[in-house]
Amino acid sequence: MSEVARYRLLLALLGGATTVLFVLSLTVGPAAIGFGDSLAALVSGDGGAIVLIMREIRLPRALLGLTIGATLGLSGAALQGYLRNPLAEPGLIGVSASASLGAVLAIYTGLSAAFPLALPLSALAAAVVGVLVVQALAGMHGGTLTVILAGVAVSSFAGAMTSLALNLSPNPFAALEILFWMLGSLTDRSMDHVWLAGPFILLGWAMLAMLARPLDTLTLGGDAATSLGVDMRRVRFLAVFGTAACVGAATAVAGAIGFVGLVVPHLLRPLVGARPSRLLPASALGGACVLLAADILVRLIAPGRDLKLGVLTAIVGAPFFLWLIWRSRGRLT
Amino acid sequence: MSLLALSGIGVALGGREVLDDVSLRVGEGEFVGLIGPNGAGKSTLLRAALGLVAARGTAEIGGMPAARLSARERALRIAYLPQEREIAWPVSVEMLVGLGRAPHRGPLTAPGVQDRAAVDAALARMEIAAFRHRQATALSGGEKARVLIARALAQEAPLLLADEPTAGLDPEHQIGLMRLFADLAREGRGVVASLHDLGLAARWCTRLVLLDRGRIVADGPPRQVLSPQRLRDIYAVEAFFGEAAGGLVVQPLDLTTQNAKDERTVLR
Amino acid sequence: MTQRRVLRRWLGAACAAALAVCAPALARAETAPARVVSMNLCTDQLAMLIADKDQLHSVSYLAADPGASVLAARARAYVANHGLAEEIFLMRPDLVIAGTYTTRTTVALLRRLGFRVEEFAPETGFDDVRQNIARMGAILNRQERAAMLLADLNAGLAALAASPAQGSVAVYSSNSYTVGPGSLADAVIAETGLDNIAASLGIFGAGRLPLESLIAADPDLIVTGARRFDSPALAQENFRHPAFRAFAHQVAEVEIPDKYWLCGAPFTLIAARILKQAMDDRQRATRNE
Repeated sequence: MSEVARYRLLLALLGGATTVLFVLSLTVGPAAIGFGDSLAALVSGDGGAIVLIMREIRLPRALLGLTIGATLGLSGAALQGYLRNPLAEPGLIGVSASASLGAVLAIYTGLSAAFPLALPLSALAAAVVGVLVVQALAGMHGGTLTVILAGVAVSSFAGAMTSLALNLSPNPFAALEILFWMLGSLTDRSMDHVWLAGPFILLGWAMLAMLARPLDTLTLGGDAATSLGVDMRRVRFLAVFGTAACVGAATAVAGAIGFVGLVVPHLLRPLVGARPSRLLPASALGGACVLLAADILVRLIAPGRDLKLGVLTAIVGAPFFLWLIWRSRGRLT
Repeated sequence: MSLLALSGIGVALGGREVLDDVSLRVGEGEFVGLIGPNGAGKSTLLRAALGLVAARGTAEIGGMPAARLSARERALRIAYLPQEREIAWPVSVEMLVGLGRAPHRGPLTAPGVQDRAAVDAALARMEIAAFRHRQATALSGGEKARVLIARALAQEAPLLLADEPTAGLDPEHQIGLMRLFADLAREGRGVVASLHDLGLAARWCTRLVLLDRGRIVADGPPRQVLSPQRLRDIYAVEAFFGEAAGGLVVQPLDLTTQNAKDERTVLR
Repeated sequence: MTQRRVLRRWLGAACAAALAVCAPALARAETAPARVVSMNLCTDQLAMLIADKDQLHSVSYLAADPGASVLAARARAYVANHGLAEEIFLMRPDLVIAGTYTTRTTVALLRRLGFRVEEFAPETGFDDVRQNIARMGAILNRQERAAMLLADLNAGLAALAASPAQGSVAVYSSNSYTVGPGSLADAVIAETGLDNIAASLGIFGAGRLPLESLIAADPDLIVTGARRFDSPALAQENFRHPAFRAFAHQVAEVEIPDKYWLCGAPFTLIAARILKQAMDDRQRATRNE
């Protein structure tokens, strides 16, 4: 089978898996509704309880699982290609934590209640700062270790500021919500959240998709890529703002969900011949699969406990990360 | 028409003058060896010509002011082989060489017949067609170097700038590479390669440019540029000069006496 | 706040048994304590209701919070404490009253310093409330006042029992929390004759009631038990969810301020009356349609 045919098959399989998981996500929930009834309620029916549950509770949850998963997979693959570093990922290099901080500041100061767009915009702005700080610390030629160290510093700082903001809030519930912003959840998100985050997520995807060809060329390094006609300033703009737009919006409505952006590109890279441009769509679909699956498991394992998504992704992701370090130890310079 | 015309190029890096008032024209059919001691500014000169570092002075590429060329237009005129042989991902050799076609392709078009022909020709020329499907990162250092040169060849630009292309290659592949560059020049293209091996530079280049502390100190045919006194002054080495098989032979032998004395003092 | 407190109350039920054993010893206090400090919102309110003039010196800062305390205005007359050992020590009380669940380390420290500390378990039903009122009366040497409160409470409960309401009700608080059997709020609901849906969903004490379970369970009345804070938090976003708004519009919604059923006292009956009134209103509205 040719390389192109194998790639198309992979995309078709991932697309199929995403569709199945999306439908499953629609049919899982504490209210016992039959498979057929639940899907029928999505397309027809009056204002009954089932229709309300399907259209206003499960549909936004499934849609957010799909788009946020795709965002994490796509931005992980794009950041890895851009920084030419297999450990770059929105969670690990501090973009998610920064976006969380931005969202927290918008929500708990009451700004987003007065002006809803303040939520995604503030998360986006903070995410841009996060990426730029990591890039400034690690530089374009920064080794793996520098990127990770810079990411740890940015993540810890943003996390601490988030906790501080929530602890200082006069609302006693706020402190309990540190968990949400650090680990992420899709519980009882509504269509309002979809409309709020959706446009920014799509904008971010469009910007990251434009990176496909330049990322391939970047395999040869920044100088060679420039000499091959890649405009590095444009690439930097697309990578930084594309990631910030989609990860910022995703984090603003679902909190920081880690490890998806790290694990998914890694698993898929060998299957696409390591080609950065092909990794982008494959990782987007893979990320959607992983997050939809995690969100289904969260509801199956501990219904009614509001288990955070990040707990599940970290349970799978952290051992994988350790394995990655074990495999590449000695090469991490 | 000159492929590259630099005049009055100056570069300051971190407050230090790395290049000062360098002027250089490279024409079709020339294989220019850029020589000079470590830190003379060879790499910086190549990078300045490509616009990779901010520089004073003016640069013309193929008769056009470099500042007016887009990144892609420049890529159609100059191919560049950086010193670092960076291959970030385990992609196939064929895909890597195909990257040389990037400036020829539209943003959304698939590789065409011409692109495939150029890649095939580059693979054949570098004798790496046999492992076109292998992972580029799994190759030996020499093989990697050849893959990256093939990538630059596939770009089919009239001018090739190569930064220390022979480093890390065995004698067979060093000579093979010099022969290739000489062939390219004979085909009417221009090649500028920075070189540390004076023997290879003397024997294969049509012209040598000697840089020292950011300035051009000699520019001309190898026999004119290389002389025992100049090597003593610039490199602080004594060298053997001779003739063999119809060409110039230059072989550095030892440090100059003054230099050697200093060295011994240091060692003691 | 509500759910945490209710959870504590539920967990505290286990300690209640242990306390009952000590109770006879406590009753032996012969002379009335003259300088009493209370460190818990519920004991604060019981003490304020029962203690003699000038007998109570200090109550917790929460007692003056109008969102949490029914007797907030009265609490301002006392010195506020924050449940810190050093602070209590300097007050030189002859009796410290605390809850069994909170400020555990402070209580242990105060006992080591030689203070007399009486602990009260949170109430999970009206029997607990009666018991706590009687015990508070005993340790403050104010048995008569306690008996009056008990009579009030019993009369109120009897009135409720005389005209029971009918229908189902769900408590839906911040963070989608609800309360089931084993909590004071559930006991209040039971006294009105209403049916708490939490029990049929298998929720005991405090637990999460997912929005879609609430909608699927379709109660006649939703009690938004949450206390609303001016500063925002995600915890209250569930009340803004389009699905909740649409559903609450279909069924009736009543807000019972947390303070009425956070602690067990005669005023807890106010929660029951609000609930019963809301159900009566709903039934009248349905009949008129």
